[in-house]
Amino acid sequence: MEHYLSLLLKAIFIENMALSFFLGMCTFLAVSKKMETAVGLGIAVVVVQAITIPVNNLVFQYLLKLGALSWLGLPEIDLSFLGFITYIGVIAAIVQILEFFLDKYIPALYNALGIYLPLITVNCAILGGTLFMVEREYTFNESLVYGFGSGFGWTLAIISLAGIREKLKYSDVPNGLQGLGITFITAGLMALGFMSFSGIQL
Amino acid sequence: MMQQKFSFLRRSLDKIAPAFHKGGKWEKYYPLYEAVDTIFYSPDSVTVGASHVRDSLDLKRIMITVWLCTFPAMFFGMWNIGFQANQAILHSALTPDLGWLSFLGIGHDMHSFVDNFCYGAMTFIPIYCVVFIVGGAWEVLFSVIRRHEINEGFFVTSVLFALTLPPTIPLWQAALGISFGVVIGKEVFGGTGKNFLNPALVGRAFLYFAYPAYLSGETVFNAVEGVSSATALSLAQDGGVSEILGHNIQWLDAFLGTIQGSVGETSTVAILIGGLILVGMGIASWRIIVGTFLGMLITSLLFNWIGSDTNPMFALPWYWHFVLGGFAFGLIFMTTDPVSSAMTHTGRWFFGLLIGFMTVLIRVINPAYPEGIMLAILFANIFAPSIDYLVMRANIKRREARQNV
Repeated sequence: MEHYLSLLLKAIFIENMALSFFLGMCTFLAVSKKMETAVGLGIAVVVVQAITIPVNNLVFQYLLKLGALSWLGLPEIDLSFLGFITYIGVIAAIVQILEFFLDKYIPALYNALGIYLPLITVNCAILGGTLFMVEREYTFNESLVYGFGSGFGWTLAIISLAGIREKLKYSDVPNGLQGLGITFITAGLMALGFMSFSGIQL
Repeated sequence: MMQQKFSFLRRSLDKIAPAFHKGGKWEKYYPLYEAVDTIFYSPDSVTVGASHVRDSLDLKRIMITVWLCTFPAMFFGMWNIGFQANQAILHSALTPDLGWLSFLGIGHDMHSFVDNFCYGAMTFIPIYCVVFIVGGAWEVLFSVIRRHEINEGFFVTSVLFALTLPPTIPLWQAALGISFGVVIGKEVFGGTGKNFLNPALVGRAFLYFAYPAYLSGETVFNAVEGVSSATALSLAQDGGVSEILGHNIQWLDAFLGTIQGSVGETSTVAILIGGLILVGMGIASWRIIVGTFLGMLITSLLFNWIGSDTNPMFALPWYWHFVLGGFAFGLIFMTTDPVSSAMTHTGRWFFGLLIGFMTVLIRVINPAYPEGIMLAILFANIFAPSIDYLVMRANIKRREARQNV
């Protein structure tokens, strides 16, 4: 239990996807103008992350890695070179299904997310989460915790960025820096604040 | 009344005024003129009409008051630098040259108030001057080019930044730090009131991560070069309270401030004097201060309760957390920054609790950083707008519910 808890905290704060690995930057910067959309997108990322990472974990464990196909009687086959394309395929499929589901049952959120839900497919934080899972050889249970934690950390980051950007509406940014420029600086300064966690050994 | 008393000043300001107005010779430098003028006199253009609250306590006066309230900590800090240095000199064979001061009969006697104070002033005043001039130059440059007023917020930023530095800081680093703090932390957002992080802390954190060897460690906190003396907080990290007491530091010493540390942070009592004035005048939010204190109290009690065999920081009681390191300084001067903290009353409680919690968390479980309050405040600054947002949403919901009953 304690192991999972420290993994969760690590995924949320210490190895924050957005602010310590700078993954998922495109959506992080583009969809953080308004609080409502940021919250919606954040929830979508948590859901997608919490589903795709465990699913990819199963795919990796039982299809791709060396000896994974031993249940078919083929113990020496190593399909891990197909990793990237398989994970992306899994992510794309799951996002599509999620889209159908939201369209049917939660149209408000579906409309709010608009183009950004399909964009999650190519969000580097999502693929990055899966690749970290593979590299660190998480078990299935660990991948569940990690999937939720990394998505939640990213969400926390985008929500606080959206809050700051709503506040910055009243700022007076020099012409050359308006828009994306100041958002990059803001994200960088936020990362400075998240440095408080670096160095913690859990 | 005032106008009659200082009529000479008024007259000379009025005489040069046209040159600064539109079409005048020094039109570009109007912000400078405006800054000087409003220090001495109320501005001509004031709000009219009944709906405006008019108070003599404007932003300028607020900032000057905060600046004055740091003085107890600052002067005590100067004395303490000298005291610590002269103490170290007494126990070693070193005799640093005091230059022209020695002609005035200033020596290295740790029991002499004047000796200690002069030594400290000699160390701190150059730091503060560099910080003030470099930061002020940025402030003036931006206000001239961007045509906004020079804001006295800079007085506060510069003094807070200077007071968080260790006495041995190289002056070029002090200049670099305040430049980063003022430009990236504040001016790119449009100046005072538009930033989302505390500029003094941005500069301090920037220096801390860029030059860690100059900002923390055994040797940086004593003004005498080469003397190694750990701060009480790092002693606590090595061996808890017994280690601090073993180095002959009592709780009262830490409370009064006769310990090693950054210039302005050591004396809890001097900081609290400034804090009382700020809270009494309604400038600093008491909700944030109480919230931060409670957050620290609860978290340290929690860690005491959990306990640990290997990490002595778990057992450090709250009253030590309170007097060690920069906690008091951050508590009074940094958390209460009206720009970067939470704006709603309820939000301020949560904002404070978050800072208190994070401070103790970093101190106790993050071995990379001996001090936590600086990063804790920056971290809470990031979440302050979201906290306000949640508080406002909750309020809207509550009022909606009341309407629909």
